[in-house]
Amino acid sequence: MPSSSLVPTRRELLLGSSALFAWALVPGKARAEGRDPRLLTIVLRGAVDGLAVVAPVGDPDWLKLRGDKALTLEGQTPALPLDGFFALNPAMPNLHRLYQADQATIVHAVATPYRERSHFDGQDVLESGEVKPGAVDTGWLNRALGALAPGERVDTGGRQAFAVGPIAPLVVRGPAPVLAWVPPRLPPVGDETTMRLLDLYNHTDPALARALEERNGLAAIARAGGMTSEPDDDRPALQIGGIEQVRKYFSEAAGAAAKFLARAEGPRVGALALDGWDTHVNEGVAKGRLANLLGALDGAISEIETNMGDAWRETAVVLITEFGRTARINGNDGTDHGTATVAILAGGALKGGRVLADWPGLKETDLHERRDLRATTDLRAVLKGLLKDHLGVDEQALVMNVFPDSLAVPPTSGLLA
Amino acid sequence: MEAKPDAPPPTPEKVPLPRQLFRKEAQAHFDAAINAEIGLVERLVWFWSNHFCVNADATVMAGGFEREAIRPHVLGRFEDMLLAVECHPAMLLYLNNEQSIGPESVAGINRDKGLNENLAREILELHTLGVRTVYSQADVTNFAKVLTGWTVLPPVSNPDHGGEFAFLGRAHEPGIQTVIGNAYAEGGVAQGRVVLADLARHPATARHVATKLARHFIADDPPSALVERLTQRYLDTDGDLKEVTIALIAASESWVPEQSKIKRPNEWIAAALRATGEPGDIPRILQASNLLGEPLWRPPAPKGFSDDNAAWLDGLGQRLEIANAFAHREGLSHEPEAVMETALGPLASTETRSTIARAESRPQALTMLLMTPEFLRR
Repeated sequence: MPSSSLVPTRRELLLGSSALFAWALVPGKARAEGRDPRLLTIVLRGAVDGLAVVAPVGDPDWLKLRGDKALTLEGQTPALPLDGFFALNPAMPNLHRLYQADQATIVHAVATPYRERSHFDGQDVLESGEVKPGAVDTGWLNRALGALAPGERVDTGGRQAFAVGPIAPLVVRGPAPVLAWVPPRLPPVGDETTMRLLDLYNHTDPALARALEERNGLAAIARAGGMTSEPDDDRPALQIGGIEQVRKYFSEAAGAAAKFLARAEGPRVGALALDGWDTHVNEGVAKGRLANLLGALDGAISEIETNMGDAWRETAVVLITEFGRTARINGNDGTDHGTATVAILAGGALKGGRVLADWPGLKETDLHERRDLRATTDLRAVLKGLLKDHLGVDEQALVMNVFPDSLAVPPTSGLLA
Repeated sequence: MEAKPDAPPPTPEKVPLPRQLFRKEAQAHFDAAINAEIGLVERLVWFWSNHFCVNADATVMAGGFEREAIRPHVLGRFEDMLLAVECHPAMLLYLNNEQSIGPESVAGINRDKGLNENLAREILELHTLGVRTVYSQADVTNFAKVLTGWTVLPPVSNPDHGGEFAFLGRAHEPGIQTVIGNAYAEGGVAQGRVVLADLARHPATARHVATKLARHFIADDPPSALVERLTQRYLDTDGDLKEVTIALIAASESWVPEQSKIKRPNEWIAAALRATGEPGDIPRILQASNLLGEPLWRPPAPKGFSDDNAAWLDGLGQRLEIANAFAHREGLSHEPEAVMETALGPLASTETRSTIARAESRPQALTMLLMTPEFLRR
């Protein structure tokens, strides 16, 4: 498909998207090499349960760990096999197709250097690229652009860097100019948010609880998919009819970003954030909330591929989250804040079809603090590898400006085709 | 406080003048509340503006009405506010007094037009004595006659003074009128002023005002002892609203820890902007007020917006959506826990604190903060 037909009109954009995404300058060095790479970073806020996205079905301790909540290759909703040891959540057939086409790579047991369990601080480390939270107000993606020497940037014709959202995600904020575009439509209220409020009201303000329940017709849903039901029930999962909105929002947000990145004279680097992954209660791995969210994410990945058109071959999309979740299921059929998780890489530029993991194992003694999947890969290595080989960011700049204190974490090589 | 002097609007030809006026008045209205160091006076302005409401669909002067007739008097005397309100062009237009003509007046004899009782009735029923109190239909009719001639100069024929209050003697019903047992001698515009002054001093008015203040600030069903004290204070001070307000603040009922009232939508919007320090974008604010059922200066009836919790509980879902939208626009730039300290401080319960601390993202934290019981209530 010729890229010109993908150029979004202003109207299309104004109507089409609702995410916080942002993008900036074009890596000229890569272009000088005859490439025109695109890098889209998607931050999954809330801490994604990596073991529920890509399950270690070949690990002998897997079933012991998660019991009937474990994804397996059998049953009503069998996981999609990846490499014999790992299998993908069945809600993600598009990602599975890309994996089989060598256009998607999974990195497992991966984490940032952050070892506490606060979302805000974890997101700060994830997006800033620093070792500790609260260190800087800039993101690694923006500083990586800044590290491309000025002469190497393609910034002709008064073209500006571009962002969507009045406040871009931290990962893309910083000294390199970012032009923000304000989406007309904002993310829907997540079911997770509604359920948490309802929980608070039930404890402290029954009148408000009743009002919110009536408004959302939640009472029935709490009974059907709530605290007592089994996730394998055929009854509806813990959703308030909001998943369609979420699905649409994810696709529109990612799709609009792709339209911009696909343009011949468009930006080459972008970022957006998708929320909702903090699954403390009724996680719904194979069926239910997480499965629905992963399905929405899978749709978003497909939308990116479609909207990128020819540019897909030169695209890398990287999906990252602040940390993982507990290895075991908690008392509410959910998981609590943990440590290592997965990172997903997708795009035509990748040497995919692989799960990169130095598998730490799932025995109690293998687990970080006897509770979380242990991190054996530093996420910064993966990101540095992408920035170096895809965008052409100088390795020294990666250590000096982009990921400070990461000298001991060399870039992962061989991620790209 | 005056509306801020503004630079000429950038595109005056695109936004019709009435809408420009409305927006600027609305901006001044919200700015005053958002930037107030101590919010009490602004809350009084909002309370009295709702007690003596007009409708912006009936007059472009709704904002001016609040500035000119309400604001200067919220810590003054009720009688002065009442007089300022009832001769304000916005009120005369809203309650159709500008064309009320005494049947026996010069204009009434010459033309086949007559009395309009709307303003007189609402003054007795809503503004002063209260519904089903001491007045009869005859009182309404007689009072309406007293108020004939209270009108607004038509702008077309009065380029310099159009839109101002005027007493039109030739439309005024001549003669003595009896209202609530008192006979008022003919005296032109002064006749109406004397009636209003007497209404302001009436014990039924004192009780009505005291009840409404207590319902707004304290509880849907305010404690009768408190209403009694406020009524007495009103009567003792000849309707000095500063003294009544002090009595309200001094009341032990004002200091119970339970937050029994749900903030009205616009209070909640202003509170969100105060808590976050966001300046607030007036089109967005107005859109939110509309969605939440409290469109600024557009009450459904002369009675104004309800002060009962039940009226606002239904809108909880819409509040959640607006909080979510606000948080996704502004939420990344705020430390949720710092905003919580600013907005709630010691009011925040343990459950609320842990709910905010455990939020999965800053936008989610801010959304939930604006939706905590402590933030929704006051």
